[in-house]
Amino acid sequence: MLVQILFYAFSAMLIASAFGVITARNPVHSALCLVLSFFTSAALWLLIEAEFLAIVLVLVYVGAVMVLFLFVVMMLDINVEEVRKGFTRYAWLGWLTVLAIVFEILGVVAVRRLGIDATQAPRPLASDYSNTGALGEVLYTRYVYPFELAAVLLLVAIVAAIVLTMRHRKGLKVQDIGKQVATRAQDRVRVLKIPAEKRE
Amino acid sequence: MDRMMTLWNSVPDFVHSLVFILAVTIVLIISVALLTLWERKLIGWMQLRKGPNRVTIFGLLPGVGQPFADVIKLLIKEVIIPAKSNKVLFRIAPAIALIPAFATWAVMPIAPDFAIAKIDAGLLYVLSLTSVGVYGVIIAGWASNSKYAFLGAMRSAAQIVAYEIAMGFALVGVLMVAGSLNLGTIVAKQQGAFLAWNWFWLFPLFVVYFISGVAETNRAPFDVAEGESEIVAGFHVEYSGIAFALFFLAEYANMILVAGLTSVFFMGGWLSPLNGYLADDNALFHIPVLGQLLNNGLHWFLLKTFFFLCVFLWLRATFPRYRYDQIMRLGWKILIPVTLVWIAVEGLMVYFKIGPWSV
Repeated sequence: MLVQILFYAFSAMLIASAFGVITARNPVHSALCLVLSFFTSAALWLLIEAEFLAIVLVLVYVGAVMVLFLFVVMMLDINVEEVRKGFTRYAWLGWLTVLAIVFEILGVVAVRRLGIDATQAPRPLASDYSNTGALGEVLYTRYVYPFELAAVLLLVAIVAAIVLTMRHRKGLKVQDIGKQVATRAQDRVRVLKIPAEKRE
Repeated sequence: MDRMMTLWNSVPDFVHSLVFILAVTIVLIISVALLTLWERKLIGWMQLRKGPNRVTIFGLLPGVGQPFADVIKLLIKEVIIPAKSNKVLFRIAPAIALIPAFATWAVMPIAPDFAIAKIDAGLLYVLSLTSVGVYGVIIAGWASNSKYAFLGAMRSAAQIVAYEIAMGFALVGVLMVAGSLNLGTIVAKQQGAFLAWNWFWLFPLFVVYFISGVAETNRAPFDVAEGESEIVAGFHVEYSGIAFALFFLAEYANMILVAGLTSVFFMGGWLSPLNGYLADDNALFHIPVLGQLLNNGLHWFLLKTFFFLCVFLWLRATFPRYRYDQIMRLGWKILIPVTLVWIAVEGLMVYFKIGPWSV
């Protein structure tokens, strides 16, 4: 009963915030709505006992990805009028995408027709069941190669992003921190002994 | 006493949780108040001053009344909301900064076999909540519609993203030792003498974690998000009265949190340092009061947390503020490589069964 109330509350919040993402006029508001929708979906995942996924969703998307997103979006100076100019011209593309997505969602929701109701709902697991441990076991045994491949792929992507954006400007002055730390006072300061002069 | 216990056992579980939550929250808020006083006193002594010594409580304990006087002052001040700010976000930003700092205490193993919520992914929960705290700062800076506040928010966002990685890697080392993400297990696995605690075998990670913790709480010498000398007060420049006090509360609650987490991850939390040297049934532990004090318990956790809090203040009294590009350099080019190297070293230690893995 309580779980159902929570489910509907979080779902309503999720749908509302997802609407907010696309309807908000201010891009920062959109990004914050997206943060809220990540949070509420994490809460929904908690309800189906996927604790690990829920926490990782908050950790990765809310804690890291969206911070960078906000960082960029806040610095943008978007002229909303300018963006809206092409709105009707590309509307057909938008409708096409909407249709495709609606079709996909229907495919998932109407899947009962395909006979998935023959399979049973997942049994609730014992309270000492740790899905973090279970996930780790599967990742490092059965799916170890795909897992490692994904990791290497991500690493390549990081290196590529850095290489693509790194530019060397000529004549750029760069500090050599090692050199700065290694300097001694004697190299920089000369202590002079100047004899005092007598006042006339 | 017995009737109290039966009453306590008869109430449902959520009442237990509520009582614990209330107790932890109230103790935290009072500790924050006292910590602000202790900070000013300690730094005062370090700099050969007296610190606050005017406001007394009933004419006793000079200075102890100061934080309470400050709170009353801030409560009755007007909260000014800038005309062109984003009103809604401006108001909820302090709450967003404050909530994660308190919510993280849910998984803190405060005493032997005790935490409000003993969840298995506790370490991940801690990491994810501490990274949510930055939203308070970012939203405050943006919603104020002020250049200084915005600059503070940007600085803080970049800094926290940078140091979070080092912090996460340092904790990878901890969970390699414990083999669990549960904070209670992490403490229990450090069972043994003073040198069996994680700080000894994971010394580089311990140092990196604490430095990242200082950076993550925006404390001196990493407090460029506030940077009085450059951007006035950074992200909270437009805040006044109790709204400002909430940011203050969040900062200090985060300090206590990081100090507590450092003691849990690296200093054995509630474990007593005598624990490994004396057998569990040693006669010393059976002395009425002293035995309790020498044995494992809440007080060791508090003592270690207090020690790390003093280190926080000590850092503030000693170091000048870092330059911004040097903060980035320290985070990305020094702390992250250090953690990566030590994780590899730790892997070798696990493989060859050296250190805590020898048994």
